[in-house]
Amino acid sequence: MPCNTKGRIHSIETFGTVDGPGIRFVVFTQGCPMRCLYCHNPDTWDKNAGTEMMPDEILSLYLKNKAFYRNGGLTVSGGEPLLQKDFLEDLFFLAKQHGIHTALDTSGILFQKDNKHVYDTLLNRTDLILLDIKHINDMAHQKLCGFSNESVLAFAKYLSDIKKDVWIRHVVVPGLTDNPSDLFALGQFVGTLKNVCALDVLPYHTMGAEKYKKIGICYPLEGIPALTADACQQAKKEIIRGIHAAHNSNSK
Amino acid sequence: MDAAWRNFKSGIWEKEIDVRDFIQRNYTPYYGDEQFLQEATQDTKDLWAQVMDLSKKEMEAGGVLDMDTKIISGITSHGPGYLDKSKEKIVGFQTDKPFKRALQPYGGIRMAEKACAENGYKVDPEISEFFTVHRKTHNAGVFDAYTPEMRACRSNHIITGLPDAYGRGRIIGDYRRVALYGVDALIADKEKQKATTRIIMYSDVIREREELSEQIRALQELKKLGEIYGYDISGPAKNVQEAIQWLYFGYLAAIKEQNGAAMSLGRTSTFLDIYAERDLKEGLFTETQIQEMVDHFIMKLRLVKFARTPEYNALFSGDPTWVTESIGGIGIDGRPLVTKMSFRYLHTLHNLGTAPEPNLTILWSTRLPEAFKRFCAKTSIESSSIQYENDDLMRVTHGDDYAIACCVSSMRIGKEMQFFGARANLAKCLLYAINGGVDEVSKKQVGPKFRPITSEYLDYDDVMEKYKDMMQWLARVYVNTLNIIHYMHDKYCYERLQMALHDKKVRRWFATGIAGLSVVADSLSAIKYAKVKTIRDENGIVVDYEVEGDFPRYGNDDDRVDQIARDIVHIFMNYVKGNHTYRGGIPTTSILTITSNVVYGKNTGSTPDGRKAGEPFAPGANPMHGRDKKGAVASLSSVSKLSFSDAQDGISNTFTVVPGALGKNDDIFDNLQ
Repeated sequence: MPCNTKGRIHSIETFGTVDGPGIRFVVFTQGCPMRCLYCHNPDTWDKNAGTEMMPDEILSLYLKNKAFYRNGGLTVSGGEPLLQKDFLEDLFFLAKQHGIHTALDTSGILFQKDNKHVYDTLLNRTDLILLDIKHINDMAHQKLCGFSNESVLAFAKYLSDIKKDVWIRHVVVPGLTDNPSDLFALGQFVGTLKNVCALDVLPYHTMGAEKYKKIGICYPLEGIPALTADACQQAKKEIIRGIHAAHNSNSK
Repeated sequence: MDAAWRNFKSGIWEKEIDVRDFIQRNYTPYYGDEQFLQEATQDTKDLWAQVMDLSKKEMEAGGVLDMDTKIISGITSHGPGYLDKSKEKIVGFQTDKPFKRALQPYGGIRMAEKACAENGYKVDPEISEFFTVHRKTHNAGVFDAYTPEMRACRSNHIITGLPDAYGRGRIIGDYRRVALYGVDALIADKEKQKATTRIIMYSDVIREREELSEQIRALQELKKLGEIYGYDISGPAKNVQEAIQWLYFGYLAAIKEQNGAAMSLGRTSTFLDIYAERDLKEGLFTETQIQEMVDHFIMKLRLVKFARTPEYNALFSGDPTWVTESIGGIGIDGRPLVTKMSFRYLHTLHNLGTAPEPNLTILWSTRLPEAFKRFCAKTSIESSSIQYENDDLMRVTHGDDYAIACCVSSMRIGKEMQFFGARANLAKCLLYAINGGVDEVSKKQVGPKFRPITSEYLDYDDVMEKYKDMMQWLARVYVNTLNIIHYMHDKYCYERLQMALHDKKVRRWFATGIAGLSVVADSLSAIKYAKVKTIRDENGIVVDYEVEGDFPRYGNDDDRVDQIARDIVHIFMNYVKGNHTYRGGIPTTSILTITSNVVYGKNTGSTPDGRKAGEPFAPGANPMHGRDKKGAVASLSSVSKLSFSDAQDGISNTFTVVPGALGKNDDIFDNLQ
């Protein structure tokens, strides 16, 4: 099978340790439809920027240092990787030929309920989805990133139906996504999914601000402080409470 | 069998001096985790509180609390010194009290005087006179023999950090022998060696006989050192406490004699574990008692102090002693050399708190027991104080009883030693190639008057050709400078005690070193792949460069430039090998400036990679700061392309990372059900 769909790549991190299990080779794709207020990679938004790379080109970079990735693998993050579905299919096809663990870090925003099989080929070649649920409340979600969360939640459900391993991620921003009842509700939703292997609650940090300055756009969260580790733990507890509540009501 | 050796398995080690054989037959690999470890005892806490108090006072006093100005340090020069005799399970200080720095003038009286003066002390005038008029030092000998060219290279910093005014260090005595055999047996062995030298008195035979006599004398003094502290160390150690104490006396004698740049300990933990295991089984000591001995031993190693000048400390960013102890590794029979004692040593970082010395170094292998790996990682995160070295790489050349001296220099314990050789500044050498041997900072003709580059833009082939010529010249001056240094060191500042703890036939590594490798690689890459314009002063000397366009930078796993780095090391090493080396030393090189890269950078003009005059080099073999853009694996991969066979004295890569960037805690998987 010819795997020659070029990808538009923002950058490559050869020592990724937070985007999936083990040490990972992380490809950041260029282009994202979302404009999340707390986005720390605004330089990945523009669909036309970045450099074009062939799947085999990327794979050969991986294979060169594969000894480092024995317990890790390949992660594609972004930007929004699903914008480049064909490229991902090719890249992961090659990766699976080499027995490489593949992970996809996505917002799920491009998922369409009425056309849910469109990603099946790709998902077949993906071992793990890192799914970022930005807000459980639809209104708040729209405010936060400009889109409804409907497709995100539908994607999560679909992944649960097809039993695809998922790590749920949630960024906690003071004043925006740290409302305990929302966190609890998020947990309740996550508790209905059957495929969640990990819950990664990420504290908001301000390190993205520098990038905004660099590309000359105004930082929307100016003045909001980074979330403390304690507050993050607290938020996580709330989500887990929600998960357990969902499990309990299910078993009743 | 000697009562001291009760319950040990017999072997060749009983008939001849062979510590490795003793270890291999008797040690118990440990595959478990850290659960068995014990907390610090009250005595340990009290002693450490005393140390912290003294450290604070030392700091307040400007870095030195007390100095000897009258007593010349030797193995038996001082009476006993204690923190609190009633609490110390392992005893012995370099002078008659802790934190008092000894006077060690044999390396050079000027350095000793300067170290005193700059800390507000004055060496006794009689001693100054004695070592200026009546007894020559290593330093004086070296300067008698230096050529003007060597002096110029030294003062213009193209050869730097030479051990010509202080002790060369980097020799590891096999201190374990003291514990296993006792000093009398070691003396008897040396007597035998002396009786079997060749009998025609060539100068090397004469030297050998004189050195063996000196070694025997040093061993006799070592016995006296034991007596000063109330121990008879003529026979083998009878239990683990004695084993640690005997071993430490051996090391203490070495540091009382020598103020070396690196005075490393060796590989002692698994050796000592054999005693600990036996004593535990016999019910002689409890785990708590053994940990206490280890804590007190490590405490002593933390208190090793030398009289040094503030400049020296600036060069090394601190007051380092490089008491390196190598831990772990895998034996050639495949069993890990990890024992409970390996854990106990690391546990001192918990019991006593974190510290840079002793430089606990893990000989890392992919095959180390998983529990030990985890414990190392955990201790690293908690203490930031562990060094890692690649055992899988070094075991091939050095077997399984080698240790690290300083930070990366590997040698078989008791069988190999090293002539420490500082570094040649290869970045400056490149500038010499461009400027026809004229130093870009001092503007003096230091190197040979080779044809300079006169074009406005640098041409890769032209530069490479001239660079090779200049490297060949540099290697010649450098190796010959070192020949003088080691000749004089052997003559005036011989490490008699450390060499007494070596075999008769010793392999000598002739160590050289390289500074500025990544600057050179990036510079040559810029010349090859971008356009580099020269900027000259009024005399036509190139003093700066303008880089037009982009070029591959070392540290991004890009073969185009990584290959240049690899080639440069190979080429320079071959030039080094082309020279005669003192005493049959086998040439090696290291790429390891860990902190001195700042000072080397300060003394080097602008380079064609865009680095400006005075800016620091990267440490060791590291890529230049901020130029590795693709993450740690790409960066490490570039470094790992350097050939170990070209740089057998070690390749260092300083790697700093915030714990968060090392991954997530497993708690992301918790509580989901």
